[in-house]
Amino acid sequence: MALTSATGSAVSLPAHPAPKKGLWGWINKRLPVTEFISEQLTGYYAPKNFNIWYFFGSLALLVLVLQLVTGIFLTMFYKPGELTSFDSVQFIMREVDYGWLIRYLHSTGASAFFIVVYLHMFRAFLYGSYKPPRELLWLFGMAVYLALMAEAFMGYVLPWGNMSFWGAQVIVNLFGTIPGIGPGLVEWIRGDYGIADATLNRFFALHVAALPLALLLLVVLHLVALRRSGSNNPDGIEIKEHPGPDGKPLDGIPFHPYYTVKDIVGVGVFFVLFAIVVFFVPTFGGLFLESPNFEPANPLSTPEHIAPVWYFTPFYAILRAVPDQRLGALLMLLAVAAFLFVPWLDRSPVKSMRYRGWMSRTALTLFALSFVALGYLGLQPAEGLYVLLARIFATIYFLFFALMPLYSSIDKVKPVPERVTYHAH
Amino acid sequence: MRTEARERLRAARLAVFVLAAALGAGVLPAQEAAENAQAGKFGADWQSWQADTDVTDMASVQRGARNFVSYCLGCHSLKYEHWSRLGQDLSIPNGLLEKDLLPPGDKTTDYILTSMPAADAANWFGKTPPDLSLMARARTHDYLYQFLTTFYVDPTRQTGANNLRLPTAAMPHVLSELEGLKSAVFHEGPKAGGGTEQVFDHFEQIAPGRLSAAEYDGFVRDTVNFLDYVSDPTQTARRGLGLWVVLFLLVFTWLAWLVKREYWKDVH
Repeated sequence: MALTSATGSAVSLPAHPAPKKGLWGWINKRLPVTEFISEQLTGYYAPKNFNIWYFFGSLALLVLVLQLVTGIFLTMFYKPGELTSFDSVQFIMREVDYGWLIRYLHSTGASAFFIVVYLHMFRAFLYGSYKPPRELLWLFGMAVYLALMAEAFMGYVLPWGNMSFWGAQVIVNLFGTIPGIGPGLVEWIRGDYGIADATLNRFFALHVAALPLALLLLVVLHLVALRRSGSNNPDGIEIKEHPGPDGKPLDGIPFHPYYTVKDIVGVGVFFVLFAIVVFFVPTFGGLFLESPNFEPANPLSTPEHIAPVWYFTPFYAILRAVPDQRLGALLMLLAVAAFLFVPWLDRSPVKSMRYRGWMSRTALTLFALSFVALGYLGLQPAEGLYVLLARIFATIYFLFFALMPLYSSIDKVKPVPERVTYHAH
Repeated sequence: MRTEARERLRAARLAVFVLAAALGAGVLPAQEAAENAQAGKFGADWQSWQADTDVTDMASVQRGARNFVSYCLGCHSLKYEHWSRLGQDLSIPNGLLEKDLLPPGDKTTDYILTSMPAADAANWFGKTPPDLSLMARARTHDYLYQFLTTFYVDPTRQTGANNLRLPTAAMPHVLSELEGLKSAVFHEGPKAGGGTEQVFDHFEQIAPGRLSAAEYDGFVRDTVNFLDYVSDPTQTARRGLGLWVVLFLLVFTWLAWLVKREYWKDVH
């Protein structure tokens, strides 16, 4: 039976019409549960050709939930304060039942969050997911990333280890390079003349209340924007442009059950790797938990090398590559902000790398290599060859963005197929 | 006799090095070590010395606890560890714990604290001896092993001793009655920024201690092993549980994959 609307266009009924009777009917009359499920899950059509790169969005959401839940339990035992923070973390690690597990889940989760987010962002570069009509989706994603950086930085200060203290010292002092208001601003952020009890307590407030709320709101906006434009895919084709007779995209499949069952496999693989880190190498050789942080904060003893946790080191390497601190801080800010402009810097007529020429491919490869190399260099002392290499890779990093309007427009592209490429397994 | 024992130990360690070299790992350190050993330069390769401890070796951790109480607790605390926790984790019965380890006046529910007043200690040594609860994690157990095996006589220091791992260490060589005394031989070497500086060459044993070289080495390893345990008391339980968690997740992932495959049969 074909249904038509008042204007004569074809309409489709939801797969499961809202029940009218019983408790379920009573609830649905007052809350659109069934509608929500059919609109957002069973009735949301996603391209059928997602590959491995498309696991990282749902994994990022999973890690966010994991951080919120473990964070709540940590807050029950953690005591912010110059004299109590370090001891209360040790109390969690040693005397709270499974406290060590909760804490390692949280500390490993922080690094895992950045791993999946970086891979998620790389996916967007690979398939042009930031291009129209998904610019706002990309900007909300970047806002999530910025909030995440602030959240992670403040979280790292809370155990009040020596690297917490000195890391905070270095990062907060960056604001001091702002002309005019710098020194006053730094004092306002710290709430004291140095990184102290006041700083620790406000970072705690921001870490457990303000920033998680901001993160949640931004993630919701990111998802709402995604639902409006629909997902991109490895071919960079808009599946909505090829609807079937029922109005559903021919190359789309309902998110539930197809992608829920598929994402659960991704969750399984992720958790296996995650558990191996949590249970067998929780410090990850000093990368996820740095050894100086097993000593309490000590304003009189600077660690041999002050290095932030690995997920900030690409930007830290850029900061240190410049002899002038103010210019370094500015370039570091620019290195993060550059991502915001990508939807307008990329002039390529096609989205996916699959159909772009050698220039775009080479540029992206060099950029990814520079990012990893800078990440490594940011962990090394800033001297000799390391600084030289950091300067070279930082240059490549910025050229990737600066030259993008040029190479993306003159690069020779291949014809994009009408329909997505998919081979049933 | 004493140096012979130490040489034998070095030779045994060399055998491991050579084996590693044969497997294609660390050819250079092995060659260097071999050359140093041939030249009889004991200690020249100290920076590559490894603690090689095994925290599941309960007897070794127990001996380490005894060593700690006898030689370290006079100055250093383990302020995050209860005596009772120590007894429980190390399978030391309460009676034995109270009789042999617990300082007089302490209860098993107390934390393991030194009785040396911090202010006095700071006066005597120039700084308060640090708490050792987390030292193995802050510095690695190889660091602790190298620290406890590279003390040498240095009359210019107030304590009469100096250390290669931690030069100008405030800590006296409290284990010298066990290890004996070593002197360090230096030679002129080029300095990084130009000029020359004194570079450590090798150790020479100048007075014997109560323990043979091999015994002292074992003493240090046990102590470091104990400090490794204290720095992360749940580590053995963590690894045990981790095995089951990973096995469960592997089965779960396999089942999830079967479900996914079944559903995706419809997608063409």
